[in-house]
Amino acid sequence: MKIKETLAELSNLRGVSGAEAEVSSYLADRLEEGRFEVRVDSIGNLLVRKGRKKGKKLMLSAHMDEVGLMIMDFEKNGLLRFRAVGGIDSRILVAKRLRVGIHALPGVIGSKPIHLQKKGEQDKPFREDSLYIDCGFKNHEEAAGYLKVGEYATFDVKCAAISKNAFRGKAFDNRAGCLVLLSLLLEKNSLSFDAAFTVQEEVGTRGAQIAAYTMEPDRALVVESTAAADTPETEQELSSTILGQGPAISLMDSTVMVDRQMRNELTVAAEKAGIIYQYRRFTGAGTDGGAIAYSRSGVKTAVLSVPCRYIHSPHSVLYESDLKSTIDLVRSWLDTQQ
Amino acid sequence: MNESELVSVLTRLSSATGVAGFEDQAVEIAAGYFQSYGCTVKRDRFGNLLALKAGTAKKGRIVSLALVAHIDEIGAMVTKVEGGGFLRFTAIGGLDARTLPGQAVLIHGRKILKGVIGAKPPHLLTDQERKKTVPIDKLFIDVGLSYEDLNNIVSVGDIISFEQNPLLLSNRKYISGKALDNRAGVAALIFCAAELADRKHEANIFFIASLQEEVGLRGATTAAFGLNPDLAVAVDVTHGDGPGLENNFSYKLGAGPALATGPNFDVDLFSKLKNAAADNYLPCQIEPIPGRSGTDAWAFQVTREGIPTGLLSIPLRYMHSTVELINIDDLAVCGKILSFYARSVNYTHGKRS
Repeated sequence: MKIKETLAELSNLRGVSGAEAEVSSYLADRLEEGRFEVRVDSIGNLLVRKGRKKGKKLMLSAHMDEVGLMIMDFEKNGLLRFRAVGGIDSRILVAKRLRVGIHALPGVIGSKPIHLQKKGEQDKPFREDSLYIDCGFKNHEEAAGYLKVGEYATFDVKCAAISKNAFRGKAFDNRAGCLVLLSLLLEKNSLSFDAAFTVQEEVGTRGAQIAAYTMEPDRALVVESTAAADTPETEQELSSTILGQGPAISLMDSTVMVDRQMRNELTVAAEKAGIIYQYRRFTGAGTDGGAIAYSRSGVKTAVLSVPCRYIHSPHSVLYESDLKSTIDLVRSWLDTQQ
Repeated sequence: MNESELVSVLTRLSSATGVAGFEDQAVEIAAGYFQSYGCTVKRDRFGNLLALKAGTAKKGRIVSLALVAHIDEIGAMVTKVEGGGFLRFTAIGGLDARTLPGQAVLIHGRKILKGVIGAKPPHLLTDQERKKTVPIDKLFIDVGLSYEDLNNIVSVGDIISFEQNPLLLSNRKYISGKALDNRAGVAALIFCAAELADRKHEANIFFIASLQEEVGLRGATTAAFGLNPDLAVAVDVTHGDGPGLENNFSYKLGAGPALATGPNFDVDLFSKLKNAAADNYLPCQIEPIPGRSGTDAWAFQVTREGIPTGLLSIPLRYMHSTVELINIDDLAVCGKILSFYARSVNYTHGKRS
């Protein structure tokens, strides 16, 4: 699989929680080329089975959805009111370009110009309820002619390589995880596993709960993108993960205590294959791991992540080398489980 | 020039880099357009672009009219190449720190690098942090390189520009992008030059793309002295009606350019510009400015023994951000008003009349 091209394609797709169809049909198309039978369940998860049915049932999972905005109302002057879907720091929204609604109309979030601000005004962030999406509509009627309340907006960003190893783009959380699963499905290997591309992780791991119930796995590995704060203005001990140091194995997050046995299996698989890995040195924030771990009477679950800077913003940054070694580690682990 | 040509002129100008003190790329694009409309172009000693469309009046009866729009844009400058491969920076011109996190930027080092202004992810933020603006000196740029590689390409003092190509919005009337302050003004001058290309006019018309307005009207100061025109009209942008401006004066997008009145402006020139609009059924709003206009007009007015000066401004929302927004009609109307006015100027006008 061409990693660079696939990452760019996946990142550029629009799929806010609750509206992941664009991502799911892209994945379905790629998987059909690989002669896979795919199934879309009631909530929109894309489920795939690879290989034989006997033996341990392994589930790989990656969420397809990204954070974004939802259109709540139109103002008289044609501006759009919105609310965040998923965790967005509203300070990141100021002066950003968006694609709005099912037709991906261009729009912007602007703010009061610096010339008209009072002294000290800059110290206080704009409140989310003082921001509007501006699509250049003249009035309420024109807005309502183009859009419906409840449609979604995404950041208008195209993925780009910024150095030999680094990419800049939106929604790497968690199209990076989708890429890892897709790559393992499409490459030539004799591994057997089930894969779930889930919906609605960002609003409470809704899709994974259903996918896990349906798939009834013995073991699950969630493949995610996790925050890397290996940047200035953050104490090194708070960085959580570091770009270039390979996949991050979770110890716990706000939804799940990672199964110790699986954690060890992952480190053993990494060491055997000579893959550099790191631990995710942060215990907050949730993943699909929780929803899967407590499915039915419980599923042994681990979480493995591609480290990624500035997630949940218009431009996150990740390293291709980390993506590749995450694929390698998942493959090595699957090998030990066949 | 039709509407789609105007959009393409503005698109090329807005996409170009022209941070104050680093305007060459934008200037060269503008120069090409003025030349194609029959102007003689040169750069003055400071670097301002001067494009002359010669008038037809006889020697001794010729007056000169300067139409000036600044071509520089706000941006930033590298202050430190930091361990881990990050850049620190300082503002060139007025930047609101709140508009910066998550922006795509270009770093103009030994080669051009793409980068992003980093922002801590919400997962790791404390409640206290969310309530505060991250000041510019705590922000940083990530280009995905190691310190060693970065240090070979980028030095302190290198220019940083925003990476944003303009975009036409759904109703095909609004354009959003960076540096529309004041490439919109430059595009209006180019539109005016196109209008005048095959027409005769008595006055010498100088189109000026001035430099370094954003850091203090510096190009206008030297250009006005060097040219010493009889009359000058500055073309800039003014605040468009937008959210958060309820208590401020702002101008409607799509209702024509704003014609300024106040101490910075010549009373006679104001009424001539107003008539140029009214006589030709072109919409125009009146912008009262009680003192300093903050535009090139401020510098022109008091150059040498004084130059009668006017100001036409294109309403623009979200000034000094990467999502500035204008209505393309205002630009065309502004260019038309200027061309009607320019054609009316003769030896009876101006300070030497």
